[in-house]
Amino acid sequence: MFIAATLAVAVTMALILIRGFMGPTLYDRVLAVNAFGTVTVLMLGLIGYLTERPDFLDIALLYALINFVGTIAILKFFRYRDLGHHRQEESK
Amino acid sequence: MIDLALDIASWIAFSLGGFFLIVGAIGMLRLPDFWSRLHGAGIIDTAGAELILLGMAFQSGLTLITVKLVLIGLFLFFTSPTGTHAVANAAYIAGLRPLGLVRDEPSDNEEGAS
Repeated sequence: MFIAATLAVAVTMALILIRGFMGPTLYDRVLAVNAFGTVTVLMLGLIGYLTERPDFLDIALLYALINFVGTIAILKFFRYRDLGHHRQEESK
Repeated sequence: MIDLALDIASWIAFSLGGFFLIVGAIGMLRLPDFWSRLHGAGIIDTAGAELILLGMAFQSGLTLITVKLVLIGLFLFFTSPTGTHAVANAAYIAGLRPLGLVRDEPSDNEEGAS
């Protein structure tokens, strides 16, 4: 059962990776990386079940958080070319 | 008996979740432009992820593992729409427009915008 789910997740990861490499624009790539992170969280949980070590779920939880922050940081960097940007500095 | 019922529930959740994951991935691969690929990413982030997590929760019963799975599900439930919206907003600001757009009202209102 978990092997079947892991196979489905692996196929999904491969297809998303192809889109990530092909993606004509930057935003296609960012979207693919974001979806890839979500699928990686599922893969980590399933590996935890396959090896009967539920500690993997802690890693999956952490990965879910880092994935979100990473996406927002990438988008902010490509918009302002700077991660420490403030609105007030722009209006001066 | 209850184990069999839980196994069947897990199988159903895994099958549906895997179906949505693969359909979303095929959509991300084959749809023509960025705005339609957002739909594929949305399917992966919501239906696929939550159903696979649900299937795992059926297997572990009422334990601490299920609490962690519910936490992961909650985080994904809130963060992935936010992330998708951020990507779409950034792409819109950067000037990407959907295929076959007839009239671009927000850009019409700004003078000098393309």
